[in-house]
Amino acid sequence: MNTRRSPPMTLWLWICFAFLYFPILSLIIYSFNVSKLVTVWAGFSTQSYATLWKNRQILEAALLSVQIGLATATLAVVFGTLLALCLTRLGRFRGRSLLGGLASAPLVMPEVITGLSLLLLFVSLEKTFGWPKRGALTIVIAHTTFAMAYVAVIVQSRLSAMSVALEEAAQDLGAHPPAVFFQITLPLIAPALVAGWLLAFTLSLDDLVIASFVSGPGASTLPMVIYSKVRLGLSPEVNALASLLILLVALGVTVVGLLLGQKSRDHRVVPGVEVKKVDGRLDDDRRPPIG
Amino acid sequence: MKSRDWLRSHGRALVIVVPALWLGIFFLMPFLNVLKISLAEQVIAQPPYSPLFYFSESGDWHFKVSLDNYRDLFNDDLYIAAFLNSTRIAFISAVICLLIGYPMAYGIMRTTPSWRNPLLMLVALPFWTSFLLRVYAWIGILNNTGILNNALLACGFIDRPLVIMKTEVAIYIGIVYSYLPFVVLPVYSTLEKMDTTLLEAAADLGARPFAAFLKITLPLSWPGILAGFSLVFIPALGEFVIPDLLGGSDTLMLGHVLWDEFFANRAWPIASAVAIVMLLMVLGLLVLQNKVNRPPPQA
Repeated sequence: MNTRRSPPMTLWLWICFAFLYFPILSLIIYSFNVSKLVTVWAGFSTQSYATLWKNRQILEAALLSVQIGLATATLAVVFGTLLALCLTRLGRFRGRSLLGGLASAPLVMPEVITGLSLLLLFVSLEKTFGWPKRGALTIVIAHTTFAMAYVAVIVQSRLSAMSVALEEAAQDLGAHPPAVFFQITLPLIAPALVAGWLLAFTLSLDDLVIASFVSGPGASTLPMVIYSKVRLGLSPEVNALASLLILLVALGVTVVGLLLGQKSRDHRVVPGVEVKKVDGRLDDDRRPPIG
Repeated sequence: MKSRDWLRSHGRALVIVVPALWLGIFFLMPFLNVLKISLAEQVIAQPPYSPLFYFSESGDWHFKVSLDNYRDLFNDDLYIAAFLNSTRIAFISAVICLLIGYPMAYGIMRTTPSWRNPLLMLVALPFWTSFLLRVYAWIGILNNTGILNNALLACGFIDRPLVIMKTEVAIYIGIVYSYLPFVVLPVYSTLEKMDTTLLEAAADLGARPFAAFLKITLPLSWPGILAGFSLVFIPALGEFVIPDLLGGSDTLMLGHVLWDEFFANRAWPIASAVAIVMLLMVLGLLVLQNKVNRPPPQA
């Protein structure tokens, strides 16, 4: 396709990117506002950051969210990688297409459905077995269930993009499957695991709806606290918090982008998001892992 | 080394069983459970629904299924309105997303190659920041005293603030803003895969660029369009946060109804029935998408 830029097309791109980034910029700018009215500019101040720092409820929720995120991301990477291995390296087995369906279904399920159905399951389990108690644990289980699907997509695209020659060579030389996995496959898919871990962590940190359903008394994650504040209207503290989170994400993405960019420059677009040619069609399990 | 032998003979099964078991218990089973509860009756108890199987005092098995929840669902104006609102809003949002996102993906495709990846990264980047906070940002922009109204008033374009917050327009803005990357990325990836010699052939045969676009590029990007459409339509159908924060109380959507039935009314069976109906809609759309995508269009 010709790469000549036409002025209307360039203008359209500018407008679209302005639309995507203006709200985020506005959050940051108004977090430095003196006025409590948030959107009426009255001068520069870092007052809202000081108030945020003293807000114990938000800090505790942030700590809980980070803990849940760490546990979720780690579990999701383990299960997601196993799932990706099943679907790319183990050939045919009974129930493979069911497993493939189950692996991609959490990606498209509306959150309210996932949240409601998991909560009802937890209630039934607790009634029957006395376990699990609703709280941080149930949030981790719920988050792991949908985050592992995202990890599986990322690891799967890495596995199917790389050649099996090295793995086969190791096997021919007498390495057992576990040894092949740990010494050959794992180092090769490490960038995908990092990307998957970060995506799972972000998804967990960001989730409001599912956490609200499955959480129990006393376990309020950061989005739940933010949501309860935001419902009451604009708050300078939330703007300050948003700015800090955006800064963190920008830093994280830059670092990972640099790390992964060195590994493979060819097709990688964004950490975790690969858009590439796959036998001429957009397959369910091969599209960019968004959604 | 006994454990090693065991791992060798059972390793393959273990790799399959662990994730399969997890998904079975925490993804498949919950839906069966929801289906079960949607067929139960609302009772004042803990948990607030009747059992499907139970022993009566005489020791007999009883099995009771009730379709009352579904009947209520289809007879109550509130649910029908929520159902229609959700479908309409999700459909229109998905179409707007395509109208904005397709040219965007096309534009990125046509920039110089060194610009493509950074631009795509810029498209996906907002996805990594908090969804809730990005929706919150729009409250500050769209409010009567918000950034947009202040700017328009200051420039003299309007005399009094536009009322956008708490209307359906605000919901569209919120959904389109949040889900735009979901359209741009799949559309881009089909455009990227396209065989460009087809366009050259069309040009050689005398087709104008626009005609070539309509006859070649657009049909070939159909899978991307469809994927983008359902990636917006499906989550928008059950969207809760955006209509709750930006929309008015008069625009009820399914996600909101489900949330209220569950949390405010403790009506678990009816909430489950709403979930099952939504689930069927989602599954229907996915089956449709699969049918259109297979056999793959020859590029």
